[in-house]
Amino acid sequence: MSAHADNHAHDDDHGHHHKETFVTKYIFSQDHKMIAKQYLITGTIMGVIGVLMSMMMRMQIAWPEEPNVIFEALLGKWAPDGVMDADIYLALVTIHGTIMVFFVLTAGLSGTFSNLLIPLQIGARDMASGFLNMVSYWLFFLSSVIMVISLFVEAGPAAAGWTIYPPLSALPMAQAGSGMGMTLWLVSMAIFIASSLLGSLNYIVTVINLRTKGMSMTRLPLTIWCFFITAVIGVISFPVLLSAALLLIMDRSFGTSFFLSDIFIQGEVLHYQGGSPVLFEHLFWFLGHPEVYIVILPAMGLVSEIMASNSRKPIFGYRAMIASILAIAFLSTIVWGHHMFISGMNPFLGSVFTFTTLLIAIPSAVKAFNWITTLWKGNLQMNPAMLFSIGFVSTFITGGLTGIILGDSALDINVHDTYFVVAHFHLVMGISALYGMFAGIYHWYPKMFGRMLNKNLGYIHFWVTAVCAYGVFFPMHFIGMAGLPRRYYTNSNFPLFDDLANVNVIITIFALVGGVVQILYLYNFFASIFYGKKTVQNPWKSTTLEWTAPIKHIHGNWEGEIPHVHRWPYDYSKPGHDVDFVPQNIPLKDGEEELQH
Amino acid sequence: MDLTQGTSEEKNSRAKKMMLWFGIISLIMSFAGWTSAYIVSKSRPDWLKDFDLPNAFLISLLIIVISSFTFILAGKALKNNNRSQASAFLLVTLLLGLAFIYNQFLGFNEIIGDGYHFTGPTSNITMTFIFVIAFMHILHVAVGLICLLVVIYNHFKQKYTPSSMLGFELAATFWHFLDALWVLLFLFLYFFR
Repeated sequence: MSAHADNHAHDDDHGHHHKETFVTKYIFSQDHKMIAKQYLITGTIMGVIGVLMSMMMRMQIAWPEEPNVIFEALLGKWAPDGVMDADIYLALVTIHGTIMVFFVLTAGLSGTFSNLLIPLQIGARDMASGFLNMVSYWLFFLSSVIMVISLFVEAGPAAAGWTIYPPLSALPMAQAGSGMGMTLWLVSMAIFIASSLLGSLNYIVTVINLRTKGMSMTRLPLTIWCFFITAVIGVISFPVLLSAALLLIMDRSFGTSFFLSDIFIQGEVLHYQGGSPVLFEHLFWFLGHPEVYIVILPAMGLVSEIMASNSRKPIFGYRAMIASILAIAFLSTIVWGHHMFISGMNPFLGSVFTFTTLLIAIPSAVKAFNWITTLWKGNLQMNPAMLFSIGFVSTFITGGLTGIILGDSALDINVHDTYFVVAHFHLVMGISALYGMFAGIYHWYPKMFGRMLNKNLGYIHFWVTAVCAYGVFFPMHFIGMAGLPRRYYTNSNFPLFDDLANVNVIITIFALVGGVVQILYLYNFFASIFYGKKTVQNPWKSTTLEWTAPIKHIHGNWEGEIPHVHRWPYDYSKPGHDVDFVPQNIPLKDGEEELQH
Repeated sequence: MDLTQGTSEEKNSRAKKMMLWFGIISLIMSFAGWTSAYIVSKSRPDWLKDFDLPNAFLISLLIIVISSFTFILAGKALKNNNRSQASAFLLVTLLLGLAFIYNQFLGFNEIIGDGYHFTGPTSNITMTFIFVIAFMHILHVAVGLICLLVVIYNHFKQKYTPSSMLGFELAATFWHFLDALWVLLFLFLYFFR
């Protein structure tokens, strides 16, 4: 028995030192830091594909039906003589949405930073199950590969929109992408959901159980709170999408009629009867709405942490932040109907969903004000991470305000399925979450790779991206208000929209510049892995535990004992200390009180 | 309870148990998806208001409840170091699990005997839902049986001692969940017409 106890002590003191081969270190790694990097790089590659698609869509919208060498080069048979085919435009819309929402902003964002930061910031050697963590990444990789393969099937990838409403998704003969493309989409997403669930389960139990001594829930950095609640939302909502997908597969392959009613195709009567696609919409949006919070909450957490650190001030309203995260998580599950106001929903039900939707404005506003008051009179360190964080707050507010318009059923009906909606959700969850992700990458790059990103390239990256993002999405509000419908591959057949053609050209130019400038970021990212300036242990003078771990990655995170925690994570500029930050592992001085937070 | 205390081994075994519980929550959510689709579909014109659940479903209900008890008794026997009794109860649980699946398929046959197929012109959406829900439950029971086989294998390898039986407890929790799930689904299908 005593040998057993010795073993424990040994384990606690030194972590796990295994002999690692190339395969176990870089490929089938169970170390959360390596898995985080794998997620980040896979997510980046998927992101490049997604951004390229959006640039092609913009070129098509600005110069419809004109030959374009880029289309000819990238789309091949889908752009005969360089003119984009209408079917492939819908496929681009679909796959761009799927890739950006799920593969970049869910797996790429949450997968990267939950994996990197949860064990490091709570003081754990690794995730609760390193093995399941590895399985989770490889399932994600597999689903990414299948999604990419689906781009190359004969009849084209899925083209029913990322929401895959039936009947386009349920009848293999409905449109070009409804056959093999849709099948691969469903397979890929089923694997993705499995990966996401395994990851989420790991994050939740790790946060609850593996915290170091002294790390109470109210001493957790807000990043961890956000990752934790994100994972909880994922566990609750992703299975429902899986149930919906299963019923959809039954309709597709076994001829059941869950979502399909009487339907004719090319004059032929199909045997389906009695089903309702609206049922699918309900099931889909029960995931679909929480999904946008799965995307935005991790970004909120990263931004909270970066803002406090770079304002050299405690985060304003720590407990209010936690409360609003919880409120957002709860409300996110009871608002899905606002995506379906024009589905023939009972107007009374619509007003209920309007009410719950507008309630979300309260916790969101609490967060926005807390970020602004954190900046107030701070000693602001304007590094790229900070700029992206402030950019996040800006786009979150801009996009959030139009959310109030769209959440109101009476107003929403007028702008439904126009570019107004596109502008809204791209700003509030697309660009915001992307800014949060960039902020996180600039801030934690030294932790991931032991080197710094180039600051000046970072400044250029931020300013050009920020100008272009607003340049793209701000005018979209106006063309949306003017009635321009989304998802149309050309508007040249409607004289009504002729006046908007020039606006679309401007938007496209901003989109192209904004897309091209990401090359700068990619160069910065990949070159700095090898040639970046070497970092010191705590480059941003932050208080959280990850900066007490050595720069060189070791399996087990800390040599020797895991640090114990004695204070909350935001002791910046605390009176009575020589330096303007006091890390969480520094014991309270005699007579020093922990800040009431 | 302060969860930050304890050795890393204690923390890890606690985490594994909790992971199973959250996994069960996600499984419940997927069944909640199907049952709410069932409730929403009740307003369909072709919904079957008047039908009898097959008797075999009731028998399988009894079987799986009993199997939960035999699993508990196996655990008690293990705790008392009564290894042969534990083996007997585990094997009985395994047989009951297989009998459960067999009975579910008998139930499917009864439904087909009533003239409702899973799909095609002779199908009805109500019965199709029952097929899907019961079949998804069977799939989960199949996973439970695999866990049970692993437990039995480990038991014969003498891996469990009264102080260390984490794997056994995880499998037992999952098995009880499958039991409770079928009870709930049966009551749901019985009362929501």
